[in-house]
Amino acid sequence: MKFTAAKGKSNPRVIPGFGLTLGTTLAFLSLLILIPLASVLVYSFSLTPTEFWEILLSESVVWSFVTTIGCALIAALINCVFGTILAWTLVRYDFPFKRLLDGLIELPFALPTAVAGITLSKLFSDQGFFGAPLARIGIRVSYTHLGIITAMVFIGIPFVVRTVQPVLSKLDPQFEEAAYCLGASPARSFFRVVLPELRPALLTGFGLALARGIGEYGSVIYIAGNSAKEHTQVSSYIIMQKLNYLDYEGATAVALVILILSFGLLLFTNIIQIRQARRTGMR
Amino acid sequence: MYVEVREINKTFGDFKASDHVSFGIEKGKLAALLGPSGSGKTTILRIIAGLESADSGDVLINGKTVNRLSPSERGIGFVFQSYALFRYMTVAENIAFGLKVKKQPADKIKERVAELIGLTDLTGLEKRYPNELSGGQRQRVAFARALAPEPGLLLLDEPFAAIDAKVRKELRQWLREMIHKVGITSIFVTHDQDEAVEVADQIMVMDKGRIEQTGVPYEIYKEPKTAFVAGFVGNPVILESFEGLKGFEKGEFTRAIIRPEFVEAFKSDNPHFKDIIPFAQEGVIRDILFRGSSLELKIDVGGVLLTTHRSLERRPVEVGEKMNVIIYRLYAIQGNETKLLENQDLKKIDPDNKRMESYLYGDGGYFTT
Amino acid sequence: MRKQSKTGKIVLITISTLFVVLMLVIPLISVIANSLSKGLSFYLQSITTKTVLSAIKVTLIATGIALLVNTVFGIIASWLLTRYEFKGKQVLAALIDIPFSVSPVIAGLSYIMMFGRMGWASPLLEALDIKIVFAIPGVVLATIFVTFPFVSREIIPVLNAVGKDEEEAAAMMGAKGFTIFRKITFPHIKWALIYGMILCAARALGEFGAVNALSKTRGETFTLPLEIDALYLSGSSDSIVSAFAVSSLLVIVAVVILVLRSIFEYRGRKTQNTKEARVED
Repeated sequence: MKFTAAKGKSNPRVIPGFGLTLGTTLAFLSLLILIPLASVLVYSFSLTPTEFWEILLSESVVWSFVTTIGCALIAALINCVFGTILAWTLVRYDFPFKRLLDGLIELPFALPTAVAGITLSKLFSDQGFFGAPLARIGIRVSYTHLGIITAMVFIGIPFVVRTVQPVLSKLDPQFEEAAYCLGASPARSFFRVVLPELRPALLTGFGLALARGIGEYGSVIYIAGNSAKEHTQVSSYIIMQKLNYLDYEGATAVALVILILSFGLLLFTNIIQIRQARRTGMR
Repeated sequence: MYVEVREINKTFGDFKASDHVSFGIEKGKLAALLGPSGSGKTTILRIIAGLESADSGDVLINGKTVNRLSPSERGIGFVFQSYALFRYMTVAENIAFGLKVKKQPADKIKERVAELIGLTDLTGLEKRYPNELSGGQRQRVAFARALAPEPGLLLLDEPFAAIDAKVRKELRQWLREMIHKVGITSIFVTHDQDEAVEVADQIMVMDKGRIEQTGVPYEIYKEPKTAFVAGFVGNPVILESFEGLKGFEKGEFTRAIIRPEFVEAFKSDNPHFKDIIPFAQEGVIRDILFRGSSLELKIDVGGVLLTTHRSLERRPVEVGEKMNVIIYRLYAIQGNETKLLENQDLKKIDPDNKRMESYLYGDGGYFTT
Repeated sequence: MRKQSKTGKIVLITISTLFVVLMLVIPLISVIANSLSKGLSFYLQSITTKTVLSAIKVTLIATGIALLVNTVFGIIASWLLTRYEFKGKQVLAALIDIPFSVSPVIAGLSYIMMFGRMGWASPLLEALDIKIVFAIPGVVLATIFVTFPFVSREIIPVLNAVGKDEEEAAAMMGAKGFTIFRKITFPHIKWALIYGMILCAARALGEFGAVNALSKTRGETFTLPLEIDALYLSGSSDSIVSAFAVSSLLVIVAVVILVLRSIFEYRGRKTQNTKEARVED
């Protein structure tokens, strides 16, 4: 990667301070983020491929990937549905306590994950406020996959709402009105006219919520039960377990897979955002 | 020459923004860079300002090459298209900013700010913030702020683009007077030929990164040197073929450019034109556009659609009405060359153009009833 | 405006409100309810034990330093990313956002891999006699990592919306970089900066995964979330109520932050709106 002037060799930078800010930014970024992350990579090279695959293919690790990715996917999808409904309601309707509702969306950002975790776990336990009535109809949430999904929905909802909301509020109602005038029903005009416009934002929100779900630790571990037998161990828990048993090789190998997954998602959301910026820039 | 631009070249990727651009401007003159969007006029302005650097060529201000100087060392004032007023500073603070960064003494700053506020007619607005001003007032603040450090050269990027049409006309006059009063050499960029013709002492017409023609507004208008200039100024009609037009030999020329004022349309019973009826052609009015002070007629002459203006004081005409049409002259185009051709038939009876002038300015001619 | 379907509106508002109440409001209330289930004196006793007080101290230290570092970094990085054109800009912006998509546990792990016993930087640390892993510096570093992009993320959109004309104009008049920042840029980003700092503080106070990997000594290097974890996992009904009591402290902070957030966001939006409205005229 080279940081050089975009236009020609001698483009003057009118605003002073380029070198200083570039240097400082790169120094902070490298020292605090990139070098530590690279250390994980470097350490994982000390493993032979056989050792590496042995760790990854052990039963508990494979199941943790299945559980983590599966639950995160389901949670992200649920969040896309409810996130769109919430964003739509907040943008298009006026009703009492709207600003309160709007403010509360951010709660999962502000609430410490551990607090969220113990609270959800308690609420959905068999004696809990939600758990008790659910248990009566035979649904168990705490210490099952359902619990993991619930925690991931909780933690992921703001990502979808906050990416969809600004796009929706900028969307000209004339689009819908045009569709409406042409005789489309409100539902039809939503799915045919509004949804395609929201797709990049929804995909970004989906990507962010998914990434957050895959990496989530604090809010998940209490409600998950972390049982190897019932496959309710998430990958973050496995990494932490291996760290606690000083199994650094194991922790690194699992972390590397999750890291690659995260970078893939980061790349995905960035490409969407860049493409979106270009598209709206054209208009 | 106070400002000299020599052989400037600049490319952005594959796009040639400046192609051997050269011109000079005398001290105290107000020059316009005129061209359509994408013609490279703003690039040249930014290169003179030092906001962009040329791939090759020189910029000289007051005899000194400034290529290597930063924008702030060039002694220029720059008025941005958006004005770029500092939104969190008052009018007075905006104007004082350039003096403050030059560490001028406080009393001197105060004096200069007061002087500029008076000059630009902003008295009473000193404590206002930019968002509390009208478009015209903002332009005057931007102007005063650029002038405050007493630059040798003032550069204005589309100075009227952000102002609505009605105020724009007043501001053109105001800016022209103000710049001449201050006596500062100035260059402004515009895509609007009326603006350039009305405000500037000198016009550089640009297209595709090249200077097409440099001259005073009258020259640009009356003697366009290239096909582009002939087609760009004066709201002309461009004809791919002009074989059917009476009084003109097509010869080697490929196209013709005809301005509305080159075309006369009259009715057969108009006594003023009876001498030249034999030289006229029949045309049919296809459309009439009301242009406020006059009408614009679209007349079909043998399959060619011409445009002419008609005074509101003359007899009313209707769409579909037959008219006699005479073309006094046209610009014949070959490649990028342009040549003014006079109507040969009229020339025979009036070699010195005297009679034609009488048609134009006499009773019933173009400029009267 | 066209007539909107009344039932649709009511259904959607109901779904939205129900979702927020069930998923967000009830958990919030239940923390407070649980924390007070053994009476007020038990509550007060729970939040003033030696380990809790130590955890408060460590949390405040880590949050303070993270806030300082990330604010300085956030301002510099967002200036860089919005005021200059250079190759690799998009990549740099994406790299800064990494902590958003990296699991906090991995953040903790990466510092262990760097500074821990088998980390490549450990000989250097031994020579300098600095302990990072399982000590306060590790907790601080982990907190910085997870909150790294918070401030810049709030400022960048504001600076992009404002454009760089004003800074260019000031630079052309010969103003120095710091003068331009102080006089021109800072007034524009003031509210976004405060807002970003609030979010950064909120996240720093509550960080769990990354810190969990780097802190092992209760009463010394534990932060509040770790203390909550320890209390909750010890399993007795008393300690679980204590865990909720300590949690309630962080819940109160979270609610205060949400209120401040909506105030600052509202103010920021208001100043921007009036600006835009007037520029339009």
